[in-house]
This record gives sequence, C-alpha cells and structure tokens, in this order.
Amino acid sequence: MSMFKKTILIIFASLLLTANVLAEKVKIGTEGAYPPWNAKDESGKLIGFEIELANWLCIYMEHDCTIVEQDWDGMIPALLMRKFDAIMAGMSITAERQKTITFSQGYADEVAQLAVMKGSDLEGMDTPSGINLSLGGSDVKSALETLTGVLAGKSVCVQTATIHQNFLDSGDVGKINVRTYKTQDEVNLDLAAGRCDAALAAAVSFTDYAEKSGKPVVLVGPTFSGGAFGSGVGVGIRQAGDDAIGQRDAQLLKDFNKAIDTARANGKISELAIKWFGFDASM
Amino acid sequence: MDLMIESLPRLLNATKLTIELTLLSLFFGIFVGVFFAILRTGKNKFFYYIAYYYSYIFRGTPLLVQIFIIYFGLGQVEWIRESFLWIVLKEPYSCAILAFTLNTGAYSSEIFRSAFETINKGVLEAAKGLGLNKVHTFFKIKLPIAIRQSLPAYGNEMILMLKGTSLASTVTLLDLTGVAKYIISTTFRPVEVFIVAGGIYLIMTFIIHNFIKYLEKRFSYPQ
Amino acid sequence: MGLLAYGDTGWGDELFYATLMTIAVAAAALFIGFFLAAIFASFKLSKIKVLNLIGSFYTTVFRGVPELLVIYLFFFGGSGAVMYVAKIFGYDGYIEINAFITGAVSIGVISGAYSTEVFRGAIQSIDKGQFEASEVLGFKKKIYYYKIIIPQMLRLALPNINNVWQITLKDTSLISVTGLVEIMRMSYIAAGSTRDPLFFYSFAAVLYLFLTFLSMQLFNKLEKHYSKGY
Repeated sequence: MSMFKKTILIIFASLLLTANVLAEKVKIGTEGAYPPWNAKDESGKLIGFEIELANWLCIYMEHDCTIVEQDWDGMIPALLMRKFDAIMAGMSITAERQKTITFSQGYADEVAQLAVMKGSDLEGMDTPSGINLSLGGSDVKSALETLTGVLAGKSVCVQTATIHQNFLDSGDVGKINVRTYKTQDEVNLDLAAGRCDAALAAAVSFTDYAEKSGKPVVLVGPTFSGGAFGSGVGVGIRQAGDDAIGQRDAQLLKDFNKAIDTARANGKISELAIKWFGFDASM
Repeated sequence: MDLMIESLPRLLNATKLTIELTLLSLFFGIFVGVFFAILRTGKNKFFYYIAYYYSYIFRGTPLLVQIFIIYFGLGQVEWIRESFLWIVLKEPYSCAILAFTLNTGAYSSEIFRSAFETINKGVLEAAKGLGLNKVHTFFKIKLPIAIRQSLPAYGNEMILMLKGTSLASTVTLLDLTGVAKYIISTTFRPVEVFIVAGGIYLIMTFIIHNFIKYLEKRFSYPQ
Repeated sequence: MGLLAYGDTGWGDELFYATLMTIAVAAAALFIGFFLAAIFASFKLSKIKVLNLIGSFYTTVFRGVPELLVIYLFFFGGSGAVMYVAKIFGYDGYIEINAFITGAVSIGVISGAYSTEVFRGAIQSIDKGQFEASEVLGFKKKIYYYKIIIPQMLRLALPNINNVWQITLKDTSLISVTGLVEIMRMSYIAAGSTRDPLFFYSFAAVLYLFLTFLSMQLFNKLEKHYSKGY
C-alpha cells in the first residue's frame, strides 16, 4: 500500500475509534417530543404509546432493541445513514416518504385537526365533523372551500416536514401564511402566545397539550384523514437492497409486519392505544 | 444535477427575504453603531460604560442565543404580550430584524469607534482653529473620514450580516437557508443543494466585496 | 434559582457538562482548523498557481457560505461521505459518525478557513530578512521554518487567533442541530421542559460571556508570554 493510502487509512482508523460498527441489535429511532405517541418524562426517559409498543414488538420478534432519540427533521436521513434500523415516531405512511423508505403496515392512526385559542374568530366553522381527502366527493370539496375562505391570509403553524405541513402547502386550502417549527412543542408555544391564528397537527397532541398546560386550546373545523395525511402510522424501514444490510432490512420488515399482526389480533395495540390516547386508535 | 436546476427557482425566491433582512438590518445597524460609537468616544463615563457593555454582550454571545431570547424568550412573557412591544415581538420577521440590528450595531460600533479614535489629531485641531463648532466638525470632518477608514472592516461586517440572516430560519422564516434545509431534508441530497444555495450566497458576497472596493476608490482622496 | 440546582432537581449539572462539551467541541474544531490551515496556507503561499486557486477556493467558500448550510452539509451528508471513502478502501460496513465528530469537523472546516488567512497573513508579514538570513546561514528550509519562522508567526498571529477562537466558540451554538448536547441544545431542552425559555436562554448567554471572558484572560497571558524580548 502506498504511503499516501496508509496515511489516509490511519486517519480513518482513528475516526473509527469513536464509531460503532452495527451488530445484530435493532435500533429504533423516535422523536421523544410528540406526546402521547412518544415523549420524555421529567427524568428524560422515553415514554409513550410507541415506546411501549416497540418494546412489546421486540420481545415478540426476539430482537435486542434499543430506542434512540432523533430530532424529527433528521429522522429519515438518520435512518438512511443507519443510525438506527426502524422509525417509530408517529410517522404517517405517505406516498412521498415511500419514495425513499418503506413502511410496515399501519399500527395506529390519528386524525389531524386545526386548533385555535379560545375566543378566536375561527371557532364555530360550518364544516362536517370529519373529511377524508382520499374519498373525495362533494362534501370534501365544500369543506375545503369553507376552509379556504376562513383561513385566507391567516397564519397557521405546523411542525416542519410533517403531513400537516404538506397539506397546508398543497394549495387545497388556498394561500395561507404557513409557519414551520422544529418541534410540536414550539408550535404549541407560539399558538398559546398568540403568534399563530391557528395550528394544525394531530388532534390528540392538542388535547394532550391543553390538558398538560391548562391553556384554553380548542379544536375547530373538521378532522382530516386520507390524501396528504397518509394512511396511518407505520414502522419506517430502509428499502430492501441486494447487499447484506439490504437483506437484513427486508427481513426486519417481515418481522415487524408479523409482530404487528399478532399485536393487533391479541388486542395489545388497542390496549396501549386506550391507555395513551384515551380511545382505540389502533388500525 | 436536475435537482440543482429544479430547486433554483424556489431558492431564488427565498433569496429575496435574505436580501431584505440583510439590507434592513445593516441600515438600522449603522445608526445604532454610530450612536454607540459616539457614546464610547465621548467624555461621559456613564454612557461610555453603557456602550461598552452593550458591545461586550452582543459580541460575546452567539447570534443564535440573541435571536432565541428575543423571539422565544420574550414571547413567553405575559406582560410583553399585552404591551405595545408586542407589535414588534409578535412577528418573527421583526424579531429577526431586531436581533440582527442589535448584533450588527455592536460590531459596527467597534468599527466606527476605532475609526473615530484614529482620526489624525492634527485634522481636528485644524478644524478647531478654523472655528468650526462641535456639530460641524462631526458631520463635515469626522464622519466622512471615519466612513472612509471603516470601509474595509465594514465590508467584512456586511458579509457577516449576510451570513447571519441564515439564522432567521431558526425562527420559522423561510429565507434562503431555511428553504435549502427544507429541500435537503425532503430529497436527502445535501451536496447539490449546498452547491446551489452556497453559490447564491457567494455571488452576493462577491457583489458586496466589489461594492466596497468601488466605494473605497470613490472615497479616497489624493494622499 | 432552584432551576439551576446541581443534581436531580435542577438543571445545574446538565448545564455544567454542556459547557464542558462546548469547550471540547470548540477546541477540537479549532485544532482541526489549524491542521487544515497549515495545509491551505501553504497552498496559498505556494508558487504553483493551481494550489493558490485551491487554497483561495477553500477560504472563499467556507468564509462566505453561512455556517448553518455547512453544518447541514456535514450533518445530512457526513456519514455518507465518510462511508463512501471507506468503501474505496474495501470497508463495506456501517460507520456511525457521532454528533461530536460531525460538529467538530463542520465547525473545524469553517474555523480553518479563517485560520488559513491568519497564518498566511502572519507569515507574509515576517520580515523577509529572516528568510534571507536563514538561507544564507545554510539552514534547510524545513528546519528554519520550524525553528525560526513558525515561532515568530505564532507571536504575530496570536491576537488574530484569539478572534478565530471567539468565532469558533460562538459557532458551536449552531451544532445543536446535530443533537450534540452543548450549551445551546441543553438550554433548548431545559427551556422546553420547564416552559421557561427566557430564563434558560439568558443563562446560556451568561455562560457564553463567561467563556468569552475566560478566553480573553487566557489569550492575554499567552500574548505576554510570546512577546518576551520584544
């Protein structure tokens, strides 16, 4: 080996001293900032619906799992860079994301809804209680028209890189002043501070915030599902490939699907959902 | 390669905000800088120390901390939300400009201060001898000389401010860096986006650099 | 004030360790920067035009592009880049580049661009006489560079290195995006948890001021030491 190559190799060897080579364990990435899906308690420990579900699935799959924290906006890059092997972070299955990664079947679902502070003039919107964008139809159309009119020129806050942001950017509700934030927590803070006319996120995350903070946050408008909102929350896994790791990923996908089937059949998902969401959000 | 072409229009659109933020902050910052530079070179001890600590604090802490305190910190204080201050502090745009202005004001005040201090004493004595009063001396003699002296260092500050505006993306504003990050995080192709967005910043840096060179030529007097 | 208590009830200990982390990553970045600066400064001083261009390209790009963009480049692309190079050498596995390395390298590359200019300026301002005298006395280039030029360069460069250090130290606040727990990220976590951003970000400002102050003292001492005999 030439002197040059040797030197470069030494530099990389020293970098490796601080690196970990992936073994047979399975690492699962989560945000830890999206209650009740995943969050942290006062001592900084990860808790939430997905934490418990992940642990159960891992025991069933007989894998040695560790749950790793990751900022939401770096979630998919971190998966691709193999910082972990699966994502369980309240990530909805969408066609856009499926271009880069693959998903297990959905294990739970959430509906999105707009939230405002009590007393806002957006309260009392004349829309159906829920619309499914995948189904389409005249009442979806008229609901979207009502929303476009009501939200015109208003500021709506969302977490960045979410289905909620995609929906607002899609033009289905016309031109709105979309404000993006790193975490749902920041969205909640600015909503409460009066900086946003409204916010869009999973309905449960607003009810969770209202409960914990005592702020008068009110859900308004229809619940959203389908279309840009994806088809449920699933486990994000790297797409299968030809190399060793790619094969492992394909197997991991099969394992997760089998485990989710079992968890659904024996009611485990429903049980955890009722515990964390207050209702059966399983799918 | 096609990502670079595809992302260009969106990035150029965001550049407008970057330019706005930079120009407005620099504009207000000059006034702030001159003001504090005068305080620093004046005789009043109290004002001297106010200017000294203002400069020390805003140059000794990261811009990110400053913008977070103004936007997230002050935003959570009840009485601020109910006061007239909220007009400025409610919107991320004005919060960003406030933070940037205070920051560049501090650095600018140092630049102008050193320019004021190194004005040849002989020139000032000549002005006194000619019977020019303090105000006249300031505007007709001190200021023009100080401007010329400050140009190289101030040019540098202009570039630093341009880079500083990238922090607007941390408080929800979609400037060039904010949009670049969005594109990177949805396409996972950081190198291509870096080249395009970085390239746009470099072009702006180049323009500033040459603008300052032009001003230096124009303001120079035969020695 | 109880928020800052050391131990379980307060954030004092977390912030203390975060401060140490800030110092560590800033120092690592500074030295990575010196390593790069040594290379690129010599490029810029070289008689070979291509090397001059490469050196100028490096300093122009990494002083002209916002730090956040450079950090995103390394954060979203870093692991991939290192793994790509490792593949060339036949290593096909996964290399995790941790947050510390990503942070130190991205800030280090930027710091190096500034340091390059400092080194270059310092060497260029050393009296040409020193070079000529060394040649005449028969010293080999490598030797007189090391024993005569570089010590003088350090003395001249010291004030500017202080500036580079201040910039590097403050830039570390931006790598909170990689998840590394330094001052800014810890304050962010504490602010989120206690819903008191004003207190914690203000305290972060205090911590940075404290570090700035300490650095000034340190550099003043160094300047005095290296100026002996002048």
